Amino acid sequence: MNVVGLFFYLFSAICVASAFMVIASRNPVHSVLFLILAFFNAAGLFMLMGAEFLALILIVVYVGAVAVLFLFVVMMLDVDFAELRQGVLQYLPIGGVIGIVLLVELVLVLGGLSITPEGADLVVQPIPDMAETSNIQAIGDLLYTKYVFFFQMAGLILLVAMIGAIVLTLSHRSDVKRQNTATQIGRDPATAVTLHDVKPGEGI
Amino acid sequence: MEELLLSYLPVLIFMGVALGIGIALLVAPFIIAYRAPDDEKLSAYECGFNAFDDARMKFDVRFYLVAILFIIFDLEVAFLFPWAVSFGSLGWFGFWSMMIFLGVLTVGFIYEWKKGALEWD
Repeated sequence: MNVVGLFFYLFSAICVASAFMVIASRNPVHSVLFLILAFFNAAGLFMLMGAEFLALILIVVYVGAVAVLFLFVVMMLDVDFAELRQGVLQYLPIGGVIGIVLLVELVLVLGGLSITPEGADLVVQPIPDMAETSNIQAIGDLLYTKYVFFFQMAGLILLVAMIGAIVLTLSHRSDVKRQNTATQIGRDPATAVTLHDVKPGEGI
Repeated sequence: MEELLLSYLPVLIFMGVALGIGIALLVAPFIIAYRAPDDEKLSAYECGFNAFDDARMKFDVRFYLVAILFIIFDLEVAFLFPWAVSFGSLGWFGFWSMMIFLGVLTVGFIYEWKKGALEWD
């Protein structure tokens, strides 16, 4: 077995094992940490396929940002996770159905390629030779011109996510005094200071 | 292909070294450290009084807002990288498609700026 194959089995074994631990571990924070391990190994698998841009984006975006977001959610929720676990048998059928649907989709997509190998030649845009173009350039050549619709949809989805997060979570407290820099700078001695002629022994 | 993977060999070596040191530091105390636990040593340390709350407390939801706004602009930058690499062959259409993408996100940025979502009161 060559080294690449060895690393493929190493990465995929750790990935599957940590994905299992995500749903099996008792502490939800540990679940998120196992999810991060799964992301790292998926990035390793991408790297073995030669998709280095996708691998590094997976680490930057998923490990750096999404996993932190999951950690926030886990810590913000004040849920009794032991109690939540009681209903696991109740939710098992619907979760199993969703899992089977995803598995069937995977088998249909990947199995179709092995049933009709000539189907790979029917793709509209052939994958360029990796010796000539780097994979980041291969993405860039297609994403912004040929797949412009999906690219703009991604932008709109990001906009909706941004506005949605602000609408849902932003609440300014009215009892807090905020700093207003313009008023601070706009003050002058004429409006800020008054002189009182205080007679001795009387006060103001 | 092999060449590409070979260029990541230092990363692999680094991860191996990090894993080795990490495991060594985790395992060494079990083997060589002197242990004599009692109740007071194992209790949570509070300065001068008994601990009255769990260490894991709830976060303010505003941390979440900051994190999700960060992710969105993180992704925007991630989309900029392949665009910059193949900028020479994209032509005007690719240029303006990216400008529209940036414009859409700028609309959101102006919205969050005006709403005061970036302020921490």
